[in-house]
Order: sequence, then structure tokens, then C-alpha cells
Amino acid sequence: MKTLIKNGTLVTPEGLRKDDILLSEGKIEKIGKDIADGGVEEVFDASELLVSPGLIDLHCHLREPGYEYKENIASGTRAAAHGGFTSVCCMANTKPVNDTAAVTEFILSKARREGVVRVYPLGAATKGLKGAELSEMGELKEAGVVAISDDGKSVVNAGRMRLVLCYAKHFGLPVVNHPEDPDLVGDGVMNEGYWSTVLGMPGATRVAEESIIARDCMLAELEGAHLHVAHVSTAGGAEIVRQFKKRGARITAETTPHYLYASDAWVAGSSGEAAPDLDVYDTSTRVNPPLRTEADSAALIEALKDGTIDCIATDHAPHHLDDKNVEFAQAASGISGFETALGVSWTALVLPGHMTPEQLLQKMTRDPAKIFSLPGGVLEVGQPADVILIDPRAEWVVDVADFLSKGKNCPFRGRKLTGKVLATWVGGNCVYKQKENAQER
Amino acid sequence: MALSRKDLLGLRGVSAAEIAEILNTADLMKVILSSNSKKTPHLQGRTILTVFYENSTRTRLSFELASKYMGAVAANMSASGSSVAKGESLVDTARTLDRMASDVLILRHPMTGAPNLMAKHVRASVINAGDGTNEHPTQALLDMFTMKEKLGGISGLNVAIVGDVSHSRVARSNLWGLTTMGAKVTFAGPPTFLPPELAAAGCRVTECVDDAVREADVVMGLRIQLERQEKGLFPSVREYHKLFGLTPERMALAKKGALVMHPGPMNRGVEISSILADGDQSVIDEQVTNGVAVRMALLFLLTRHNG
Repeated sequence: MKTLIKNGTLVTPEGLRKDDILLSEGKIEKIGKDIADGGVEEVFDASELLVSPGLIDLHCHLREPGYEYKENIASGTRAAAHGGFTSVCCMANTKPVNDTAAVTEFILSKARREGVVRVYPLGAATKGLKGAELSEMGELKEAGVVAISDDGKSVVNAGRMRLVLCYAKHFGLPVVNHPEDPDLVGDGVMNEGYWSTVLGMPGATRVAEESIIARDCMLAELEGAHLHVAHVSTAGGAEIVRQFKKRGARITAETTPHYLYASDAWVAGSSGEAAPDLDVYDTSTRVNPPLRTEADSAALIEALKDGTIDCIATDHAPHHLDDKNVEFAQAASGISGFETALGVSWTALVLPGHMTPEQLLQKMTRDPAKIFSLPGGVLEVGQPADVILIDPRAEWVVDVADFLSKGKNCPFRGRKLTGKVLATWVGGNCVYKQKENAQER
Repeated sequence: MALSRKDLLGLRGVSAAEIAEILNTADLMKVILSSNSKKTPHLQGRTILTVFYENSTRTRLSFELASKYMGAVAANMSASGSSVAKGESLVDTARTLDRMASDVLILRHPMTGAPNLMAKHVRASVINAGDGTNEHPTQALLDMFTMKEKLGGISGLNVAIVGDVSHSRVARSNLWGLTTMGAKVTFAGPPTFLPPELAAAGCRVTECVDDAVREADVVMGLRIQLERQEKGLFPSVREYHKLFGLTPERMALAKKGALVMHPGPMNRGVEISSILADGDQSVIDEQVTNGVAVRMALLFLLTRHNG
């Protein structure tokens, strides 16, 4: 199968350039001017479009095994392709927990049979995510995990976290933490601050997150291990990462599109711009860590720009309608994020001029690939043919009915975003195409 | 004479005109309540349900009596012993009650925002009878009614609200209602009982009760839940009363003739001394009576809009 994408603006490590790109036998075969279309089955005219490496997500929840009513590998990977992701890393908080090679192998085998994008599982850091006994990280690595994490829960015991970092280092596995001190969170269900006071809602202090980031950075520095800080949501958290990076610790960090674009005012239905059906106490705004303040979003944007935060991950957390159609404090935490990630990030970062398109896309392609040593992430001859077409000018309104994810939990519904994925190829196979826009010849 | 809104979920965002309308109507209802013949036909043919997920005596009875005095069919559902105990969701319970031709659902719930969720799913009017640590709008309305009755108006009053502000739905509803009506509100209590950034909501906040009470027209004590001590929010009842409790000595700092209020039930000797609770300045008993009048007014006004 050969596919030729003509006249597109290619996003490369050296910047943007106008070229053709030929995908063949699962790889990028050729990049250059006026590539001949002899023997090519599909030719796309991408004159007005960006041609980017496929997006790579280091943090998502595919929910299978155990919670297939929320999402499964088939629906999750299709949603990922719809959002422009060609590789996704799924967290271990499934049922059973991915703390044994058997579960890892099950996920990988399902992904091979039913998935449409590349799936890289993370293994649990401790058995059953209980924060006590270490998981069998060696066997998990042999089975195919790319990192380990108890995501969804912090490893509360500092001594145990030190052992996790120490043992994972032996296998060259990055450790992804879930920075949250449960005692400091208490009953908190949203960011503690002005809006929690006004709404009469139990607040969770930012220090619950920052204190664990600081602790884990210190432990990673002590052990010389690679710590990847999950979903940084506060200015203080970013600053701690900045300081430890300066000291030379092996720290990488991610934030998510929603922490860059939304704030705790959204819980009050007060987003500063039109948000047609977001009510006060709308459970689609419940996420963990909670949406913080506009000042936090601004600080996270600066941290992305100066390299403190290495990449954007989705923390795609699909939930069933019944998990959200309840009282705010009872609602499951999470946002179904694959299908809005690029549009939200583009609208938050590129549209106001904080970042260029190529800077943003590096944070969603090349840089995450480097963190977990994954293939792809760059448009170079010989690399996997994981490629997406983006219309950078497309304005679209988020309609959750269009989501391919089973999770429709999305605070961006009804919101106008800029920047849309029109087609996705994984290993040269087209796994998503928006026919009315992609100009197929 | 009607409110334009379907529900009363809180006082945040409720206009001064609407609050005035409720308080003025409550004047008429108090006349009825004070007479020998308390039965009126205002809610004839209406069905009013109190739905209580938390125990309460005075609020539930106050609403039930208000409904019955005006001729409504009134019934109560409590969470224990109902389908809720079997795991039914709030939305499903609300829909079930709505389909029983109820006109008003009065909800008390331990979680903030529960009345908002219920209101989205039912045709009936929803009244928040206290949700989590958020609002208790009818309590604030009866507080304002009492202030207006005793002091002639609300605008310009200095109101000190003392105690566990963080966990008090009464405090928040009074903040929104009183500031909308032109009063100045000062909150006071130990720092562990004051929520963050409260002053940005348009009030004064102090950790010194004496400062709050000084020159106040109204001093309102808030109930201290004794289990907060187990959570470490205050070290002892003895110290609490000494440093933050309402006492005759502290009350002497307030304006002459200032009112002593409390939403009840009181912990005597903790947040308020008995001498003050039962003293000449106390209007705590009248608050209870006025609660019925205000709830009669509100039920009447809310049921007018839907014919």
C-alpha cells in the first residue's frame, strides 16, 4: 500500500516546509518535491493543510479489561485516531490491575486484534495499586510495558515510593507518579480557592499535589531514577519541576489540554466566554487533579514554552453517563480527552500566539516519544508511517455525539475550537479520515 | 405576584427585588400564622414533597406546616427506608417523585449542588433546604425577615456572623442575601473555620470575634459540629467558647439593642452562652416562627408561576 500526500506543509524538527511525502510498506519512504505518483494507490492534496507526525499520548485510560462499559480498546483507539493520536500509553488501573505479565499480554493482544493505533501499556508500580508490594516490573517489561505507574493513586508511603524508583531504574523503566496527598485532599472535590468558597464546595489544596511532586523529585534525585510527573496542574508544581531539572535530576513532566484551557471558574459555569450548556456544578468539570485557576494555566503555558513541562498528554478518562449524572462529590473524575486534545491545545496555545504550530506539535509528538523511548514522533525517511493531516484554520464546535469514544464526559462540548485533524495513518494504513474535508483524488 | 424563577436553589444571583418580594409576602403570611385560623386556600390542590437525605427537625417541619397551613397535600420522603437506601440515584428518585404530580420538591442533601442536579431533571419547582456546605436559602430569608421586622430594614446593617463559616450553608446564604440587600457582613471564627479567599466575595473577614461584634447591629452564632474537634479543626470546646463563643461580655461590644440570632439547634455553652440565647436581645425563638411565614410566602410565590 502506497499513499502520497502532496503539497502539504510538513512539520519537521527543523521547522515547517512545503513538500510531498510518500508512505509505503508502513514506513515513510520518501520526502521531497514533486514525488511521482506511479504505483501509488491513494493521493491526497494537502495544499492548505499541515502534515504532522501522529500524536503520541503518554497518559490515557482505555478501561479494558474490566470497565468496558466506559471504554474498550476498540472504541478507545478509534477515538484516539479521530483525535490524531497514532500511539497511546494506557494506565494500569484496569480490573484486574495491570500488575502481571498476563494482563499486559492481554492488552497487547486485544490491541493487535481490535485496536487501530499503537497501544503501549504501563504496568502498575505496586501490586493492585495498593502502594505496598512492588509489582513484578521485570516480567512486566518483558511483556511489553513502557513505564510503570500507580496512576489514579499516589504511592503514599515515601519509603515505598523510593523502592519503586530504585527497582524501576534497574529495568530502565520511567516511573510515572500520581502526585496527590490524600490527607491534604481530604473531602476536596475541586480546587481550593475563591470558587470553592463561593460554591460551598469542599476544596482540595494545590499543596496536596505540589508536596508529592517535591517529594518524588527528591526521591528520584536520590535514586538517580527517571521520574515522569503526571498531569501537572499548578504553577507551584511546574516551578518544583523546573528547580529539580536545573539541579540535573532525571525528571520529565506532562500537563493536559484541560489544565491549559479551563479553570475552576468552569465549575461555577463561569468560563468567561460562551459555553452553552455548562451548568454550575457540571460534573464534566470534575477531574483529578482539579481544574485550577487562570493564573495556573498561564504558568503552565510558560512552563511548556521554557521546556520545564516536556509534553502534553490527554489523561483521556472516559466515563459512562451514569458515573457523571450524579451529585458532584459522587461523580467519577475525568474528561474524555482524545478527540478534543489537539483543538483545545491549538485554541489555548497557538491561537493566542503562545506557541507556533510546530512548537505545539513537538510537545505532542517528538517530545513524548523521547520520554518513553517510543518509535515515531518525527517525519523522517525510514520512520513509521504514522502521519496526520491537520487543518489549522478549521473552526469547529465540539459535539460529543461525534465522539468515537464511549465516554461523552467533556466540559468543552458546545465550545468553538480551532485546529482539526482530518486524517490519520498508522503504519501507512488510514485509520481515520474526515471525507468531506480531506481532498481525496 | 410571582417569582420569575422555577426553583430556589440558593440566594447567589437572586435579585434584591425578588428577595424583597418574598419578604413582603412573608409579612402577609405572618398575619395568617398569628391568627387563630391558620388554614388558607393558597396552595389548594398543590402537592409538596419534602425530600430529606439528612436528618432535620425544624426545617422539615417548618416546610410541612407551611404547606399544610396553605391547604397543600404535603408528604415527606427520607432517604433511610426508601429506595435511596437500595442504591437508587438522586436523578431516578427525583424523576419518580416528579411523576407523582408533585408541584414542589424540597430537598435537603449532604452534597453541595444536589438541588441543582435535581432541578435539571424535574418539572416541579425545587427548593434547596440545605445542600452540603453550600446554601440554605430559606434560613437566610427568615433571618433577613427577622432583621427587617425587628430593625425596620436590612440596608446599612452591620451583621457579624461568628463560628464555623467553612462548613456553614447558613453563612453563605446570608452572605449573598444580606449583601444583595445592602447590609455589611463580617465573618469571624478560628482560622480553621474560615474558607480561603472569602473576603473577595464582598465581605469582611476576621479571626477576632471582638472585632466582628463591635458596632454590629446583628450578631449571629453558627452551630459548631462537635465532630470537627475529632478532625482537629479546634482543640477543645472549652477553649472554643472562651476565644470564639458569643457571651454577654462580647455582646456588650455590639450596638445597643443589637439582635442575637442563631439558626439552631444550639450548643449552649459552646458557640453561645445560655444567658445570651435566652436574653432580651435574642430573637432565636422568633426566627423559628418566621421560618414558617417565609416558607409559606416562598411556596406561594413559586407555585404561582406555573398557573
